[in-house]
Order: sequence, then C-alpha cells, then structure tokens
Amino acid sequence: MSLLKIENMKTDIGQYAVLHGVSFDVPEGGVFVLLGRNGAGKTTTLRSIMGLWSPSPGSVTFRGEDITGLHTAGIARKGIAYVPENMGIFGGLTVEENLVLATETGSFDQARLKRIYELFPAIETFWTKQAWSLSGGQKQMLAVARAIIEPRALILIDEPTKGLAPSIVAAMAEAFREIAETTTILLVEQNFHFAKSLGRDMAVIEDGRVVHTGTMADFVADKALQERLLSLSA
Amino acid sequence: MEQLSQTLERFGGVYLLPFALAVVAFIMIGAPSSWVTLTVAGLAMGMMVFLMASGLSLVFGLMDVLNFGHSAFVSFGAFVAASVLAALGGWLGSDSVILNALALILALLSAVAFGVVAGWFFESVIIKPVYKDHLRQILITMGALIVSEQVILAIWGGTPITVHRPQFLEGAFIFGDVSIEVYRVFAFVLGLAVFIGLHVLLNRTRIGLLIRAGVENREMVESLGFRIDRLFIGVFVLGSALAALGGAMWAGYVTLITPALGAEMMIVVFIVVIIGGLGSIQGTLLGAIIVGLTANYIGYLAPKLSLASNMLLMMAILMWRPNGLRPAVK
Repeated sequence: MSLLKIENMKTDIGQYAVLHGVSFDVPEGGVFVLLGRNGAGKTTTLRSIMGLWSPSPGSVTFRGEDITGLHTAGIARKGIAYVPENMGIFGGLTVEENLVLATETGSFDQARLKRIYELFPAIETFWTKQAWSLSGGQKQMLAVARAIIEPRALILIDEPTKGLAPSIVAAMAEAFREIAETTTILLVEQNFHFAKSLGRDMAVIEDGRVVHTGTMADFVADKALQERLLSLSA
Repeated sequence: MEQLSQTLERFGGVYLLPFALAVVAFIMIGAPSSWVTLTVAGLAMGMMVFLMASGLSLVFGLMDVLNFGHSAFVSFGAFVAASVLAALGGWLGSDSVILNALALILALLSAVAFGVVAGWFFESVIIKPVYKDHLRQILITMGALIVSEQVILAIWGGTPITVHRPQFLEGAFIFGDVSIEVYRVFAFVLGLAVFIGLHVLLNRTRIGLLIRAGVENREMVESLGFRIDRLFIGVFVLGSALAALGGAMWAGYVTLITPALGAEMMIVVFIVVIIGGLGSIQGTLLGAIIVGLTANYIGYLAPKLSLASNMLLMMAILMWRPNGLRPAVK
C-alpha cells in the first residue's frame, strides 16, 4: 500500500489554474523524487498536500486516510513534516528554539537530538545562536533537523540544494540517505544529479500534470526520456 | 557608517535613543527641575501608550491584521474605569488607602474585563470574516471605531467626563525644586510591570515562543502542527485587555475624557507601533517611550510644534530605519 496517494489534484492560485489533475503514489520508505522544470507545479503540489493551498477537486490520502481539506496543522499532526523552499526558519529565534517548537511536548528526545548532532554537527555548534545569523547551508540543516526532531512518517522537502555550495550539497545527500532509512522523503528537486543519487521512485510534472512515473533507475537509463521531459542532455 | 552602526549596537544600539533624547533635552531645557518633571511625565505617558499599543503590534505582526478599531478598546477602558471610579466616589475620597486602592483595582479590573469580552466579540464577529483582506479590514475596523464612539455618546453623552483619582495617587513627591506627580510614578511602575510580564510570557513560555514564531512565519508554525488562528484569538483578547487598561490609566492621567479619546489616541498608537517595528514588544516599548519623551520635551521647548512632533519623529525614524527601530522579523 502506498504511504501517500494523490488523485486528480487540481489547485488554483487566485484566478490561475496551476495544477490540472496531478496523480501519483508515494510508496513507503526511501526517497520519492518529484522532478520538473521551473513553474511546472512542484512547489504547488507540496503546498497542496500540506493544505497551504486547497486542492479542489482531487484527494490526498495518507496511510489510507483521506486528509483532503484538513487544516495544515491537522495534516502536520498526522505525521507529515514540511521543509519549504525558503526553509521556513524563524530568524529571530535561536537554533534551540527553532527545534523545540517542532517538538510535541516542548522537550527533546535525547536519542533523536544526538542523531541530529551526528547528522548536522553545526546544529550543536550554533545551538544558542539566533537563526538569522546562520549561513544558507546551516539554515537548511536546521530546517531538515526540525523536520526530524519528532518521528514522522513522511517529509516533504522542496529544493533543498538551491543556492548551496557543492560541499554542503554532498553532506545534505548523505544526511537524506540516513534519514530515508527510517522516514519516507518526498523530494522536489531541480538538481537532477543530486536527485538521481537519492531517488528510488520518481515522477515528472509538467504544466501542472504528471507526465511520467517510474523508478529512478529506469529514468536514469533512458537518456531520451530525460532529454524530452527535463531537457537534460547526456 | 557600518562600523559606527556596529559600535553603537555593542553599547545598546537603538535602546540608547531615549537616553540621547534626554541628554539633548537636558542641554536645551537648562533647568534641571523642569527637565526631571518633563522626563517623568514623558516616561509615564510612554508607559501608558505602550499598554495601548503592545496588543496592536502583536496582532499586526502575528496575523497581518490592520485593526483601526483598536483604540475603541482604549476609549471603552477609559469610560468603564471612569464610571466605576465615579460609582465608588466614597471610597476614593476616603482617608483609607485600602479603600482607595480597592476602588482603583476594581476600576482597572472592570476595564480589563470589558477589554477581554469586547476583544473576543470583536475578533469573532468583525475581524475573522476579513482575514487576509487589508482593504476590508481598514474599512470595517474604521467603521467599528466610529460605531464605538457613537455607543459611548449614547451611554455616557457628549459632555466631557471628569475622572476622579484615588486620594493616595493625588499630589506629588517633592525633592527640592523637583515635583513628581504620584500618578505618573504609578503609571510608569504599572507599565513596567506589564512589560516585564509580557517579556516573560513571550520569552519564557511555549505560547510565547509560538507567538514570536507566528509573527515571523504563520504558515510554518501551522506546518509544525499548531493552529495559529486559535492562538490569534488569545493574542487579540490580550491586546484588547491591555488597550482597555491603557485607556483606564490614561483617563486618570488626563482627568477629563470625551468620546473622541479613541480616535485621538489611534494616531499616537499607530505611530508607536510603526516606529517600534511590527510584532515587537521591545520595539513598542522603545517607540512609546520616545514618543512620550518627545511630546513632553517639545511641548515645553516649542509648544507650536508639539502637534506635529510625533509625525516628524515618525518620518525621521522611518527614513533611518524603514522597518522601525526593533522589528520582530530580521
């Protein structure tokens, strides 16, 4: 059974129709990559899943339960975390406060915190610093750490490598691999080289419609398909 | 310039402004006793305006709601407190400090209770239908302010009402040539206590953490599993109650109130919120104190300029810091 099932999701933003009937299944475990050109509707898809924009019609089913129309907070409490493209860091709060806000009880599970320190040592180093003072890479680490500070079934991550230095991108890929051992990741990414190193399954979205779904291995092997859907040349 | 800014920041940054203002005023006024009186009056006025403005700043910052009706709570707070004080006239005039204090406490509590109920009603009936629509917010909250003025006219009439202070807050402390009104000291201490309470709430509690985070990014707080709309009702009610408390204190300060009080204070309250920076309690306090001191100093040094002083101050600060002195979001 799929962890997340999206059927015929249509989303309008103001007077513009952005998604025209997006459908795909995210299986449990590993990294599912949603690829597509700029403006294809990838971010809108993630925001619609989170309830930040209301899809109508269409349905989003999570662990067999219809979560369409639920309030964003209710969707989050079902076990879905969201790391937006702009990272959504609270700059005026410290690193610790950013993380404690994401806990259910206001206190940390020490084992999880230790795991976060191991994945992202910068979190421990800058624990008491205000988040606005962090570098772009450190903010991204904090955003991902906040998503895993509590056990989640699914994490939606929107373009985590955007604007980051190659060394940080490599560290991020390593962290995602570890996280994906216990948590499903739905990753939106334009950096195909980053995405292909992580993805197990994938979908390509174009003009608000899913135009391809399959395994990443098959997609990587089919250069013609890559060229057609993403304008990637060998 | 950057280096100068960093050096200033190390020594307190914008928090030095009230001190700088006081030093400049000391030089210009010349008479130390007048300067002390004006400074205490400015601080007391600043603290009362802080009470009125703090809620508006949080409401603005947290939900992006432009509530021009906020000062209606100030008016009602003033009139409710004045009525309670008038009804307890016997206690006010009594030599017993306990009866004096009881009358004052009851008056302030009545204003706060009114603010709580009216704030809840206002948010549920007037604000909620116009979330995310600034134009309709302005229209409907301005309308609500006008309606509230008419309600006050209908209940209390158009004649200015004299507000009686408790006996123990009358008079002044005399230190040599310096005379400091007891009521001003009380207003300052009460404002400071509320500021400390708000500071603790915002910085030492989980709800405060949520409010601070919500001011920066509502969507992200909701994505973490929290209903910010429910939190907003709480903040709105708190802000309304504080505005009513500020109005009650202001009534005792000016001792003569009219139904136009809310509209008059609205301008000052908005200037303070804009100067201080949206969503920031520290910024609001700083803005309120600067406005209070400036109004008193200018009123003494150049009375003809006093009406324009707040506007000029706002223009000067916004040219220097377009987001205000201490905005919540960096």
